[in-house]
Amino acid sequence: MSKKKVATVSLAGCFGCHMSFLDMDLELLDLIDLIQFDRSPLTDIKTFKHRVDIGLIEGGVCNDHNLHVLRDFRQHCDVLISLGECAIMGGLPAMRNDIPLSECLNEAYLGVPTAIKNSTIIPHHEDLPKILDRVYPCHELVKIDYFLTGCPPSGEVIALALKSLLRGDLTIPRELIKYD
Amino acid sequence: MSNVFFQCDGKSMQAPANTTVVEALKLNGEIVPTLCWSPGIEPCLGTCRVCTIKINGKEAAACTQTISENMIIESATDEIRDLQKAIVELLFVEGNHYCASCEKSGDCELQGLAYQMGMTHSRFPYQFTPYELDYTGVHLLLERNRCIHCKRCTDLFVDDKQRKVFSFEGKGSDTLVQMNHKYESELSDHKRKEVVDLCPVGAIIFKGKGFDRPIGTRKFDHWGDKIDV
Repeated sequence: MSKKKVATVSLAGCFGCHMSFLDMDLELLDLIDLIQFDRSPLTDIKTFKHRVDIGLIEGGVCNDHNLHVLRDFRQHCDVLISLGECAIMGGLPAMRNDIPLSECLNEAYLGVPTAIKNSTIIPHHEDLPKILDRVYPCHELVKIDYFLTGCPPSGEVIALALKSLLRGDLTIPRELIKYD
Repeated sequence: MSNVFFQCDGKSMQAPANTTVVEALKLNGEIVPTLCWSPGIEPCLGTCRVCTIKINGKEAAACTQTISENMIIESATDEIRDLQKAIVELLFVEGNHYCASCEKSGDCELQGLAYQMGMTHSRFPYQFTPYELDYTGVHLLLERNRCIHCKRCTDLFVDDKQRKVFSFEGKGSDTLVQMNHKYESELSDHKRKEVVDLCPVGAIIFKGKGFDRPIGTRKFDHWGDKIDV
């Protein structure tokens, strides 16, 4: 049986969910017999070369580049999974959602104690991603097939989810649903 | 007290007259999810609607209805379970519930209920409504982002002098919990603990106290495998 291709990415996240992948320890060796990583920070492959069976999205969508990557994943992945609280509901980055964007940028770049008066600017360049008005959960922008909760989901949960998905349908025991 | 006979999901059941539907169902071993309700509260608060079931074909909150003869109840059907789950999802999107950074996480009744229901995400758009914190209390912090307006603190809690410390201000979506700062400053240790425990979410918490127990030792860390909804 050929190995299933898996792609992963971190959008507006902290890479904690990817750390959970590494936290699988020996489970990762079992898993590697069944899957092959394609585009992922774990392989450092940055673009899709093939169609992929499973895509895992960490983090919500906070800028236009995140949105482009998320749509790219949806286009190239048969099954797309929101991994962790940030992908599911915006998570800690979404704490800015009830503050106007201009106020956030002013505070981060102009009002910060290390800002030098009259010489600090809010970064803007055509190569820089444009910050969105708020951080969006992934499923509000593209269709997401499954959700793995947790901040981050444990390595055990990710391993169980992938193995069950390879058998047909993603199921994890209800007691493993955690939001923190 | 005489019993009344009723039907739930096609099964014949009986319960003492004048009991609420939620109590009648629990007496018969039926699991009805509840949040603002707890045993002994009379009259019930009826604010969260999580116990919504169908009574004689119409949706109603089970805690607000009194059981009556020949009532026909639908409780554990897929449709009702999905409706109850949707209500919990709505509670999550209405407030700003960041479980990962909440001091009540693991002990939060809303979170525990969502675990029981197998909620992985909300099907409704998150509102991210701004709420103001009240950090001016002496002992307690009022974190309105997490408030679900259940009215437990406003209706069920009084201080040692039988005075109400919390109240509602505004109407509809503008409703906010307010705290009487004079009474709050005079709260005894056991009354402070009582109101923090009474709040089903992390809206009323101790000031200056953070996380005090490790993950795995909290109330709802192992709840999902005990009760299946």
